[in-house]
Amino acid sequence: MARPIRVLVAKPGLDGHDRGAKVIARALRDAGMEVIYTGLRQTPEQIVQAAIQEDVHVVALSILSGAHNHLLPKVVELLKAENVYEDILVLGGGVIPDEDIPFLKEKGLAEIFTPGTPTQVTIDFIKNNLRREL
Amino acid sequence: MDLAEGLLKKDKRAAARLISMVENNNQEAIEILSKLYQHTGKARVIGITGPPGAGKSTLTDKLTKALRRQNKTVAIIAVDPTSPFTGGSILGDRVRMSDLYTDTGVFIRSMGTRGHLGGLSKATLGAVKVLDIYGFDYIFIETVGVGQSEIDIVKASDSVLMVMVPGLGDDIQAIKAGIMEIGDVFVINKADREGADRTKVEIEMMLDFNHRDWRPPVLKAVALNNDGIDEVIEKLYEHYSYLEESGKLLEKRRNNSEMEILELTHRSLMDELLNEGNKNEVRNLVEEVVHRRLDPYTASNQLIRKMLDTRRID
Amino acid sequence: MFDKEKLEGIKETKAEYQKKVAKSLEKFPERKKQFVTGSNQEVERLYTPDDIADLDYEKDLGFPGEYPFTRGVQPTMYRGRFWTMRQYAGFATAEESNKRYKYLLEQGQTGLSVAFDLPTQIGYDSDHSLSEGEVGKVGVAIDSLKDMEILFDGIPLDKVSTSMTINAPASVLLAMYIAVAEKQGVSSDQLRGTIQNDILKEYIARGTYIFPTAPSMRLITDIFEYCSKDVPNWNTISISGYHIREAGSSAVQEVAFTLANGIAYVEAAIKAGLDVDTFAPRLSFFFNAHNDLLEEVAKFRAARRLWAKIMKERFNAKSPKSMQLKFHTQTGGSTLTAQQPDNNIVRVAIQTLAAVLGGTQSLHTNSKDEALALPTEDSVRVALRTQQIVAYESGVAETVDPLAGSYYVESLTTSIEDAAMDYIQKIDALGGAAAAIEKGFIQKEIMDSSYEYQKQVESNERIVVGMNKFQIKEESPKGLLRVDPAVGELQKEKIQRLKAERDNKAVEVKLDNLKKAAQGEENLMPLILDAVRSYATLGEICGVLREVFGEYQQSVIL
Repeated sequence: MARPIRVLVAKPGLDGHDRGAKVIARALRDAGMEVIYTGLRQTPEQIVQAAIQEDVHVVALSILSGAHNHLLPKVVELLKAENVYEDILVLGGGVIPDEDIPFLKEKGLAEIFTPGTPTQVTIDFIKNNLRREL
Repeated sequence: MDLAEGLLKKDKRAAARLISMVENNNQEAIEILSKLYQHTGKARVIGITGPPGAGKSTLTDKLTKALRRQNKTVAIIAVDPTSPFTGGSILGDRVRMSDLYTDTGVFIRSMGTRGHLGGLSKATLGAVKVLDIYGFDYIFIETVGVGQSEIDIVKASDSVLMVMVPGLGDDIQAIKAGIMEIGDVFVINKADREGADRTKVEIEMMLDFNHRDWRPPVLKAVALNNDGIDEVIEKLYEHYSYLEESGKLLEKRRNNSEMEILELTHRSLMDELLNEGNKNEVRNLVEEVVHRRLDPYTASNQLIRKMLDTRRID
Repeated sequence: MFDKEKLEGIKETKAEYQKKVAKSLEKFPERKKQFVTGSNQEVERLYTPDDIADLDYEKDLGFPGEYPFTRGVQPTMYRGRFWTMRQYAGFATAEESNKRYKYLLEQGQTGLSVAFDLPTQIGYDSDHSLSEGEVGKVGVAIDSLKDMEILFDGIPLDKVSTSMTINAPASVLLAMYIAVAEKQGVSSDQLRGTIQNDILKEYIARGTYIFPTAPSMRLITDIFEYCSKDVPNWNTISISGYHIREAGSSAVQEVAFTLANGIAYVEAAIKAGLDVDTFAPRLSFFFNAHNDLLEEVAKFRAARRLWAKIMKERFNAKSPKSMQLKFHTQTGGSTLTAQQPDNNIVRVAIQTLAAVLGGTQSLHTNSKDEALALPTEDSVRVALRTQQIVAYESGVAETVDPLAGSYYVESLTTSIEDAAMDYIQKIDALGGAAAAIEKGFIQKEIMDSSYEYQKQVESNERIVVGMNKFQIKEESPKGLLRVDPAVGELQKEKIQRLKAERDNKAVEVKLDNLKKAAQGEENLMPLILDAVRSYATLGEICGVLREVFGEYQQSVIL
């Protein structure tokens, strides 16, 4: 039986622009992954609990509100506090200026995908960078 | 992390990981479940099913909140179909339950059907055991009421909650055969819509044909507004008392155990039959049969005999 | 429109032409097997009178300012005056946004357009836990009347028209605007402007909803009723296709879903006992302008004709004003690329042309850096200049509806109208827009288009210059506008001070009155205005309504 990669696609922050999150959810599904979609306005606490209970390999965070420097590192911090960060690949996406990317990576985001990134790039990145075996 | 120990200590990470392993048919997980099996049997397992769009997730969300107010802990297994083409799926039931994520007395797990042939109920039953051992008071299994495997899952629960919506009309006729008889409590959700009373009458009429000791109640609710939720819980309690007092609970669990044992056996025999060592044997028999040198009955008997022999040697 | 005999002749010659072309295609093949518009409608090789043979000039096009308004809602269009140039702006605090508004007015902008931050749009004060990191980010933070007073300080509200992008808490912000005007000595019947107030598209595409459908619709019809008496020059709603398009819909879907929402609002108001001709003239629309110039022009014209028919035939409106689809346009944010941002200026220019050739009443042009961050002052100026160049130099504003009669544009106009009508009928069959949203139908249709588009771009079937073709190595842009993270703290302090200074007893009474009214059926506008005047905060007012109404549950069908 195939063991699919499980991905939590979440939207932290208050913005309601979920076009990108939905496109990536569909693309990951079509690449054979199991995508758990959480909907809008998720707090970092909610995202981390969902990631734990769903035992996902990847947490993909889409944010367009401009609050990324505040919210994305918080998700990583909480994952660390729960001792699950080592197992989970944390990705960010959305309208995020290039100059913020080094900061976010330093905070523990594995990669940031900005607008215009082909979904295949994200898919390949996930497949090549899982932090635990399927 | 020692998973067995973690699970007994109510570590959600251990529970979550074990469910993944069960889903992946992992031998270590099965050994852990065998070892801890004595800790199961305490949770009340409730299947929640009904047609798509009936509002099952919202209802599950509200039932959970009501039970939490009574200090009960709740686990939810939400099953969604997997695409038969890509093997992927989008599991979106959580969207309607997001207030529950950070509640320490709640655990939510989404499961794709992954095109298992009958393996879905194996994975779900495994997950139920994990959550039962963990110590949840209630376990909800939420699934769309279509297809035999989904019906098998809910059959394995203590009580089945059938969620309907007003104005199903012909749909009710179509689904009554398979599903009507497995419901223990019926809820017409979105009952503020036109036609709720008619739907209620239609369901009652169909239930008139079923002569069971337990007459399933047909309730009305508007889950979104939290209307009618307490009544649903009350009737679920009543059904459980009925099961206990009438001795049906044991009977039900006996049936479920029997089904589970037979199915597990069936599956492992099939697995063994199709393993590398036996593939050649099967292929040879197929050749014999196709060229009319052997009949399929004898071929099958030969295979069974061979497998029994190997087992004895083990 | 054409004489029958002539048409037959044209048909024959066209067939000959196609035959000739078919032969030469072996040697000189076309670039693609199939040509499609920006939103995947098939495009023919050539359009001739034959393609619009059924078009009846008087019935289908008519004259500008007259039913069915295909050619425009005013008789002289831009020969009278240009469209309103209105740049959407707002960030950080009321103080900073006030400065930006004054700058824009100095630069020749003719109307204000207020962007609010997300906490304000979702009815949370800046000190709410969910507001953390969001305060002042995508717009200005408004917590109470105090902030609103600062926002419009030195801007005479009887002289400007103000558009506010606010939906779920629209009544609260409108009430604050009225209260600021009172303090300036401006009576509410002198106020001109628009609130977006379109909750259905929030459920569909934009996501800043608060309350469930039924109480949201009540708040909206309360505003319709209140304004028809007290703020008669206010556009009470801006029914928005913009965000539907941004979410990835096609042009047809943009028209269809926007008008379907419009139908839902009209029905709700009629059900609430309002006469259609009292509120319909104050309905306005808001559309997107994308890069496919001719398809977009056709889209605007189709929307105008279809809405006129709906109002006349379906709702029996009597006043021609009720049948006029007046709209604001914003150039398409999702068409901008983060790569080679200067190219975006050209895209915006094309989109500006589309909006103007399509007969828009007002226009916001996006700035080139908006795919990266909030626009800087310089890039906003270029965007505004783009409008001014089209207005003063391009010549397209000198005559009314210059593309009318183009075989292609007229044929597209008709096909968009027909396809949109098919959708509206489907939505009617599902029980109307609200029901179709709840079932996830509309969201799923948009999602399908958006995913299709994404796949076309990724397979290079669709070229986006600078993104999947003609790329260059480029450095990260510098000098992007950043909102000072201290804004959150600043707003928190302001709230604390406010709560220490105001008459908290009075606030409590007003909020309690509002709560009781919300449980009943009376118009909530006067009570909200009362609460606002006593400096109750936005979060307090929305909090009371949340208690009574509950919150909307998202419907996600992927």
